[in-house]
Amino acid sequence: MKSTAYALEPSRGERIARHLTTLYLILIVAVPLLALLWYGVSDGLVSLREALASPVARQALWLTLWTSALVAVINLVLGTATAFVLVRYRIPGKSLLSALIDLPLAIPTLVTGVMLAILYGPESLLGQSFTNLGFPILFAKPSIVLALAFVTLPFVIRAVEPVLIELDPGEEEAAFTLGAGPIRTFRTVILPAIAPAALSASIRSLGRAMGEFGSIVVVAGNIPMQTLTAPVYILGEIESGAPRAAAAVSALVLAAALALHGLAHLIERRLGARHV
Amino acid sequence: MSEPASAVALPVPEAPPRSRARSSSANVRRLGQFALGGVVLAYLGTILIAPLGAMAYEIIALGPLTALKSLLEPNALLALRMTAILTVLSVVINAVVGTLGAVAIVRHRFPLRPLINALSDLPLAVSPVMVGLAFILLFGREGLLASLTAALGIKVVFAFTGLLLGTLFVSLPYTIREVAYVLEELGTSEEEAAATLGASPFQIFFRVTLPNVRFGLAYGVLMTLARSVGEFGAVLVLGGSISGQTQTATTFIHDAIDQRATASAYGMALLLALVSIVLLLGLEWFKHKKHGGSR
Repeated sequence: MKSTAYALEPSRGERIARHLTTLYLILIVAVPLLALLWYGVSDGLVSLREALASPVARQALWLTLWTSALVAVINLVLGTATAFVLVRYRIPGKSLLSALIDLPLAIPTLVTGVMLAILYGPESLLGQSFTNLGFPILFAKPSIVLALAFVTLPFVIRAVEPVLIELDPGEEEAAFTLGAGPIRTFRTVILPAIAPAALSASIRSLGRAMGEFGSIVVVAGNIPMQTLTAPVYILGEIESGAPRAAAAVSALVLAAALALHGLAHLIERRLGARHV
Repeated sequence: MSEPASAVALPVPEAPPRSRARSSSANVRRLGQFALGGVVLAYLGTILIAPLGAMAYEIIALGPLTALKSLLEPNALLALRMTAILTVLSVVINAVVGTLGAVAIVRHRFPLRPLINALSDLPLAVSPVMVGLAFILLFGREGLLASLTAALGIKVVFAFTGLLLGTLFVSLPYTIREVAYVLEELGTSEEEAAATLGASPFQIFFRVTLPNVRFGLAYGVLMTLARSVGEFGAVLVLGGSISGQTQTATTFIHDAIDQRATASAYGMALLLALVSIVLLLGLEWFKHKKHGGSR
């Protein structure tokens, strides 16, 4: 049949287009990433060991890891709750709120940093009050968490929303009518349905947070041993002419990010969550 | 929601105690709903709305015109021009490669398909600083391909080519993924029908496939636009933010903050925020179109 022939055997023009696209993707994405990984490990991890011998590098990696993990958990819990409220509640101005949730995808992360610097800066009332309470936010660790939470806000919400919309409210009503409390209804009916989507999106937000740079560089203050994150540390190594140390630490973070990316992908394929 | 419960409870003998139990559990449920709504509003308020509001307030206090006027200085205009050129190139290249790549991933079966599929998604997992570093390792001094670009007379690091490569890397996934998603939902029946009626592959692509994916493509293009305008880490590392040469809108803000030129920083940040809000409105519109069109 001609139709199946079309689906299986593309024309010569299509094949040429496909070859060119393939070449483009390999040159733009694969070659640079391979160069980075190769450069990072080519000296038998000597540079990595040397880099990790420095407490500044270790602190930077640890800071990036825990702040990102904290934000991934915040996204998992509060992102799921937000998706639930957006789908199930009738609140005024919901479409505006829903549109705002996509804003972190559209706004430059550097501008996010500027916003947070204004909100918690030394000239703002809020910034002064927190500093007076002995709990400074700007140029301190809380600003890193706030920036990462802003940048990754849409991940879990946007992944869970479509699943909740497709979920039959009748099932919940049935569970409720049969005497299950709201918590039990959530645990037995809603949670199994949304868990894969929420989990994979949370893992993606973890990977995204580990690489965040633009907002952090403005709000964190980048003080070594205190608020210097791994991407900002890597920038410092590049600028001070130590590309090998930068590549070694980058290769480590990149390997972790790729593993998380693969894990999220696996959850989506195995458990049938849709990657939005 | 409590209607079916009381309707069931009525004919049963022990109606009063049960209905009282039900209504108190309904109260608990309502209280839980209020608490959940409150937590979510506090979350969105703290993370999203407070920073937005602070910036809006600050810029209104400063005077939006004063802030935007600072953009008329030559270096700001040059930075904006650089961002505009990079964005246009990135959008055009990604629209072409993204559409063709999505067709290849969804419609074709070939040995490199899983690789292409994975590569189309991968830039989302990479920190922009590392993107910059990767291209420096390829094309910088002592870079792996430095002799090649030197022979060709192309300067990559601290030059326009570097900025473009960084922008192309980070903006790659958006168009290709959106179009692939729409193509997958569409299926092949319309294309097969066109083929059966004797349309050439060329005709099928331009008359059937492309019109069918137009809203997905438009959505992807807007995302590419937003990502390209906002790119910072890669263009900072690769361009070095040389004023009037490799400075972009975002690196201009970064330098203005460093030099405590508040008006310039706020002016450019306001402009980029306004651009992203316009893009956001477009994205919301196409999102509804996209979903409406696929049904």
